[in-house]
Amino acid sequence: MLGTTILLAFREIRRHLMRSFLTVLGVVIGVFSVITMVTLGNGATASVRQSISALGSDMLQVRPGQSTGPGGGSGTAVAPFKLEDIAAIRSQIAGVVAVAGQAQVAATAVRNAQNWSTSVTGSSNDFFVAQKLAFSAGRPFTPAEEQSGRSVCVIGSTIARNLFQGVDPVGQAMRVRTISCEVVGVLAERGQSGFAGDQDDTVVMPIKAVQRRMTGNHDVRAIIVGVDPAFDSSAIKASLVALMRERRRLTSTEADDFSVLDSRQISDTIASTVGLLTVLVGAVAGISLLVGGIGIMNIMLVSVTERTREIGVRLAIGALGHEVLLQFLVEAVVLSCLGGLIGIVLALVTCLIVAPLMGLPFLFDPSINVLSFAFSALIGVVFGYFPARRAAALNPIEALRYD
Amino acid sequence: MAEPLIRLSGITKTFGEGPAAFRALRGVDLDVAEGDFVAIMGASGSGKSTTMNILGCLDTPTSGRFVFKGVEVQALDRDQRALLRRRYLGFVFQGFNLLARTSALENVELPLLYRGESGARRRALAMAALDKVGLVAWAHHAPNELSGGQQQRVAIARAIVTSPAVLLADEPTGNLDSERSLEIMALLTELNREAGITVLMVTHEPDMAAHARTVVRFRDGLVERIEVQG
Repeated sequence: MLGTTILLAFREIRRHLMRSFLTVLGVVIGVFSVITMVTLGNGATASVRQSISALGSDMLQVRPGQSTGPGGGSGTAVAPFKLEDIAAIRSQIAGVVAVAGQAQVAATAVRNAQNWSTSVTGSSNDFFVAQKLAFSAGRPFTPAEEQSGRSVCVIGSTIARNLFQGVDPVGQAMRVRTISCEVVGVLAERGQSGFAGDQDDTVVMPIKAVQRRMTGNHDVRAIIVGVDPAFDSSAIKASLVALMRERRRLTSTEADDFSVLDSRQISDTIASTVGLLTVLVGAVAGISLLVGGIGIMNIMLVSVTERTREIGVRLAIGALGHEVLLQFLVEAVVLSCLGGLIGIVLALVTCLIVAPLMGLPFLFDPSINVLSFAFSALIGVVFGYFPARRAAALNPIEALRYD
Repeated sequence: MAEPLIRLSGITKTFGEGPAAFRALRGVDLDVAEGDFVAIMGASGSGKSTTMNILGCLDTPTSGRFVFKGVEVQALDRDQRALLRRRYLGFVFQGFNLLARTSALENVELPLLYRGESGARRRALAMAALDKVGLVAWAHHAPNELSGGQQQRVAIARAIVTSPAVLLADEPTGNLDSERSLEIMALLTELNREAGITVLMVTHEPDMAAHARTVVRFRDGLVERIEVQG
């Protein structure tokens, strides 16, 4: 019986192709916008997570002063860190795989007639370890270079491209500010990040070289700590805070004069914000799905009126009331399901085209597709019931006489 | 004599209530024997259509008894009457009432759908019915591609596809010219004679009534006269 009814419903839809299409347009748009919004939103969340983890996942950043976000250090009045702090962290905290101090200066790098404004980071090999940076050529620093503060550098691919222009930079010399340094390694390309800009536009030198020849002091402006993923980063963060308080001689009543940023924590916060926005936008799109359902009800009511004589014929030749009800209900559900399917296909095609244009990954989310489809079927049932009941309750004699 | 196929006794039908009430039927008694061909005639408002609706199990009498094949129809509910129509009755209307944009074959298959027949059997029965009305070649044409006479023949095929006991035709030739009308009457006569289907036909044209074996004349909600023609 149900198979027959579905067959009838398909025949009916085929008989009125144009009207059927207009009927489901609302549902198509509703499903389309829900899935597009949520899929692109998921892509945005993933992209945010990715760019934060590109800064280094499983990584803690210690900065002097109380800053609230990346780059927001307030700290000229606050004492910077010392190289001894780095050694202390390395020796006293468990679960730490790398500790790298950072001294940073802006500088112009020059080779032959080419020059390029960039930022120079003084650090150590742990800098590469903590941020999981790979080398595309050359090598990291040797212990001797780190110890003596030799004038060697590791450069990002942007520098390599702009200053060396096809020449293998390893072993070549370039000038940074007034000092000459030898390129020993080139970092693998990392690409653009929404937060850090061009991550390949960087020069890394041993921290002692930067301190001695550029900043002229022994300050360490930030410490990055690579954390063993097997350890709980919040526990390490707590012992890090305790150690730094002790080393900076803070009494129990004094507030921290430094801050520890947990990259995973930042990533989670931003991702949950984007996730919340996705839900909100998805909900607005869901309302359009509801409006689409009302569209179906409208057309089904018109259809019942228009097909009054037909319903009369069906009743006269022996259709039962509930069979007519089922027929109209199935018609509404089949229509809304078709609308849902069209919406899903359109949304996925759109996401496949739009996501790369927006620089977002395309992430197929099965649950939102299933949910939207189920919701459109439900809309068919809910908004199809009222017109169907009206059709089933028609008096066959009056229906046959209707014009 | 055996129990007639249809027996109406003391049927009344009142529309509306109170002073505005209209008594369409005032006590109709009528027997129809199995295999008869009955023409129901009368002026408009005489009660012939109301009687036809009751005979077609589409409407219930206000009072009186309607026995069809031994079943007291006035006691049945809406669904039971629908099942009775599905099983025993076929309908032909003045306005054909075929589904638009639907092939003749699918139109004829329609009653079989409600009987739950399989697709192959539906098709076979529908083609057989179209063959009886001489329209096999037109099976895949939509009603708007057929002439009025052809449409009515499709409607007749739809009515007989379930092999009903009774065919109810409400002014079947009302929308047709006289030549097509004669074709339709010939077809109904043939179905009555060959297939033994009892035919009940409402008409106001004496030419058409002449094809029937029995002519029942209505006047003011009562049966005025029953003539049995040679």
